Amino acid sequence: MNTLDSMSLAGGPPKGLKNGQKFAVFLGLSSFFIVVLAAFGLNFPNKGFWLTASLSGILGAVIWFSWIAYRDDPKGIKNHGVWFKSISGRGLWAWALGILITGFYIVLYFYPEYLGLVKDGPNRGLISLFDPLSRALSGNPASQWFVYGTLYTLAILAFGIKFIWKYRHNRYQQLRTMSVMFFQTAFAFIIPEIMARLNGDLPYYDLKNIWPLNYYNFERYRVNAFIDSGDIGLGMLIFGIVSILVITPLLTYFYGKRWYCSWVCGCGGLAETAGDAFRQLSDKSTFAWKVERWVVHSVLVFVVLMTTAVIYSYLGPDTSKYWLSKSQFLIGVGVLLTGVFAWVMVYRRSALKKDAIYGACGYLLIILGLLAIHFFSDSRHVFVFSSEGLRKTYSFLIGSVFSGVIGTGFYPIFGNRVWCRFGCPMAAILGLQQRLFSRFRITTNGGQCISCGNCSTYCEMGIDVRAYAQKGANIVRASCVGCGICSAVCPRGVLKLENGPLKGRINPHEVLLGNDVNLMELANQNSDSVA
Amino acid sequence: MQIVIIGNGISGITAARHIRKLSDHQITVISAESDYFFSRTALMYIYMGHMKYQHTKPYEDSFWKKNRIELKRARVRSVDTETKTLILDSGSQIAYDKLIIATGSQPNRFGWPGQDLKRVQGLYSLQDLEALEKNAPDSHRCKRAVIVGGGLIGIELAEMLRSRNIPVTFLVRETSFWNGVLPQGESAMINEHIREHHVDLRLNTNLKEILSDDAGAARAVITDGGEQIDCDLVGLTAGVRPNIDFLSGSGVQTDKGVLVDRQLRTNIPDVFAIGDCAQQRTPIGKRRAVEAVWYTGRMMGETVARTICGAPMEYNPGHWFNSAKFFDIEYQTYGWVSGASSKDPQERQFHWRHPEQYLCLTISYHKESRVLLGINTFGIRMRHEVIDQWLTENRTVDQVVPRLGEANFDPEWYRHYETEIAQTFTSKAEKVV
Ligand SMILES: Cc1cc2nc3c(=O)[nH]c(=O)nc-3n(C[C@H](O)[C@H](O)[C@H](O)COP(=O)(O)OP(=O)(O)OC[C@H]3O[C@@H](n4cnc5c(N)ncnc54)[C@H](O)[C@@H]3O)c2cc1C
Ligand code: SF4
Ligand code: SF4
Repeated sequence: MNTLDSMSLAGGPPKGLKNGQKFAVFLGLSSFFIVVLAAFGLNFPNKGFWLTASLSGILGAVIWFSWIAYRDDPKGIKNHGVWFKSISGRGLWAWALGILITGFYIVLYFYPEYLGLVKDGPNRGLISLFDPLSRALSGNPASQWFVYGTLYTLAILAFGIKFIWKYRHNRYQQLRTMSVMFFQTAFAFIIPEIMARLNGDLPYYDLKNIWPLNYYNFERYRVNAFIDSGDIGLGMLIFGIVSILVITPLLTYFYGKRWYCSWVCGCGGLAETAGDAFRQLSDKSTFAWKVERWVVHSVLVFVVLMTTAVIYSYLGPDTSKYWLSKSQFLIGVGVLLTGVFAWVMVYRRSALKKDAIYGACGYLLIILGLLAIHFFSDSRHVFVFSSEGLRKTYSFLIGSVFSGVIGTGFYPIFGNRVWCRFGCPMAAILGLQQRLFSRFRITTNGGQCISCGNCSTYCEMGIDVRAYAQKGANIVRASCVGCGICSAVCPRGVLKLENGPLKGRINPHEVLLGNDVNLMELANQNSDSVA
Repeated sequence: MQIVIIGNGISGITAARHIRKLSDHQITVISAESDYFFSRTALMYIYMGHMKYQHTKPYEDSFWKKNRIELKRARVRSVDTETKTLILDSGSQIAYDKLIIATGSQPNRFGWPGQDLKRVQGLYSLQDLEALEKNAPDSHRCKRAVIVGGGLIGIELAEMLRSRNIPVTFLVRETSFWNGVLPQGESAMINEHIREHHVDLRLNTNLKEILSDDAGAARAVITDGGEQIDCDLVGLTAGVRPNIDFLSGSGVQTDKGVLVDRQLRTNIPDVFAIGDCAQQRTPIGKRRAVEAVWYTGRMMGETVARTICGAPMEYNPGHWFNSAKFFDIEYQTYGWVSGASSKDPQERQFHWRHPEQYLCLTISYHKESRVLLGINTFGIRMRHEVIDQWLTENRTVDQVVPRLGEANFDPEWYRHYETEIAQTFTSKAEKVV
């Protein structure tokens, strides 16, 4: 079918820009140019003015662009020309943008001095442009992370507005987008800065960032800072632990992992807003699914090991400083993991695919093995690895390269949820729980599916939604972030995200959808056979 | 046993998959159209840029080999039921033990003068889509298109062309869009919506003739009102008919389609027919004898697979249902709601429409017993299972209306209108009494 493939690219509109949109793009690029000039060392005289001009210019441009895009058409799905446009169809512009963002991340993580960071002195260049804003919030000069946070929040806000416009017929989409816009602005951006102003000793803490996403949360310097800054600090430390062990499982049980991934999380927030134009690029093959399961769960194992090792390394032999001794801590971790694992094996065996069981067994062995060896290691080493080395490797490979450079830089090539799907250990934990112990599912509406494939195409997590929908089965997948786009784009009203009782949640029986009842029973009886 | 299936659409492919599930027979699927099964219902989305061709394939290419289903790209020229062989266009032959005919439909052409000109086409196959990409790539090379026939495919074609900003004139024979199927209020709402998408909708208008330019391509149409409309493309979407011409002389009995009994057997032993091309000898309930929709093809495929694998089974579709989308408005139907021009005298209808938005619903019920006959919704999604149960249990309209909320399938946080609907229902009922 080469003719059809090529024809889609040769095909005419709708891929061009409307006139007003060209001006909006021009405005946006000029505003962005201010940032670029600053990055190349131009020292703006009145920084507050130029920064305001630049940021509001970018915001205004995106809003203007979206208004022109959606104002003329009645409300509804707006996917015309997605695969014809260079930027969303892996064309030249997509590659250019991908390289640009990737480059930005590399500089940000590894060469912040090019952005104007000066070790012991006033900032220069780009970072100094953001000084006025940073001083207004926290009282301190900007850092590269402040610049990044500001641009990140701006992107979520601007493209969030675009997204809300695009889905103005769909309240689920609107509400969850407002939610991520709120959490990003308040929790990730403003509150930590203000807390820093009020209490300079508190570590920077984005309260919605939960371990293992903020894998560094329990490192020694942070834990010390928490403890040293009194009740508030202690409260935050306890909140950090409670959010992993209590809040997260509870909310995931009731609503699925979407409460976090599509309503709260900042990575998800960026993916859903700025990344919306790229959701169709995710790989839907069963091969990609397999890779996903191995990679994301390996990251999970890695982060568990790494965190255990790091905490272990600074805990003392007794409970005088941290309430826990080295061995108490280790035994605690072992008991917790084994408990969870045993529970799954006893109560949820049937829900796991074969390889999941192999994987889980393997990993449990590794973890327990390493812990055992741990007892025979000294305080700075886990077996042969130094805990510091593990931490550094994790922070480099996963924290920087995977989540930033690949996760966001490759949006225009591999889609907007590469990190969430293949890399995020938080998503892995929530996913396991969603698959095994949650009321959430996507219900398939009887026999209405026409196998068109819109749902699968626009699933950013690369789930082949159609494969379930066309046989009348509910979708209960670990990776589903509950974005609800499959349900939105389905032209036949087949899919509904729902919370409900666990019983009957997974219904893999292929029924003769629409055929009369006797036949259905028969089909169910026979559904144990192969293929 | 060698089972040969002609046609790799939803019906043929469902049959193949289920035969593989139930048996170890050899399975060959022959199709002239494409190498792999794709979803015909998604053709429009390729042209509109929502999807690429590869996204319309419900199974990965490796699926077929893994499941030992042999795919063959060829056209069957004729069938010799005496010797149980198929003759292909290339002249080569294929023997079968059991044959399943699943050849689908082709667009109707009613003998209009000029219907075979260049740039006159239907919309059914991949090849039609390729032709459309050539005939109407953009609004410069196609300054206006005329669509003839106001059905589901016609309105899809209109949406497709409008996605590329091509001006469209839509000739509809009926006095209101699809009112042979839709009740008046619904049909009127769709008329409005079509026009809102800048389609020049001509109701009550027939095609008389298509005019040719010097190169033998369409340049204009003449309507029955005598008006000439210049155009670069004529889309013929006045329904489809079974694609069975190759069966003439084979001894397989046909009428509009291949005649089959409830077990989907033709008059010839070991020859079955399913999907769009099959015609029930006696229509089932109020269903048409030829049902050209997706899910009936799927159900027939599964049924015939069981029959062939030694567990004979009747095709026994439950309550009628279907769905479609008219530009931005989703439509679902369950049970029977008669259209404006074909209303059953025993049927009463309750119609509700939102004062501003494109949302409406029609409930039809029996005049005397008040038993629910069917529900149509526009812009509101309904839960198949619940309504199916209501129909089976013969609930009355008075039981159903207060409980509509149970059947709502809209995404979470959507506004619900059940209270308004119920209020309107009671106030209307009071007036009637
Ligand atoms: C644009 C469009 C939109 C539609 N939308 C909907 C919808 O939303 N909902 C719905 O329910 N239905 C819809 N339909 C109808 C639905 O697609 C059909 O009912 C369904 O595809 C029929 O499936 P089938 O397997 O019977 O036949 P087909 O899908 O037509 O498959 C038959 C195959 O057999 C091949 N073939 C025919 N003759 C020969 C031969 N002699 N030799 C070799 N191969 C041969 C054909 O090339 C074709 O590939 C739509 C149809 C179209 C065209
Ligand atoms: S399955 Fe649907 S809700 Fe889940 S991630 Fe994919 S598109 Fe989003
Ligand atoms: S669930 Fe909806 S979008 Fe997905 S294949 Fe079926 S009809 Fe298409």
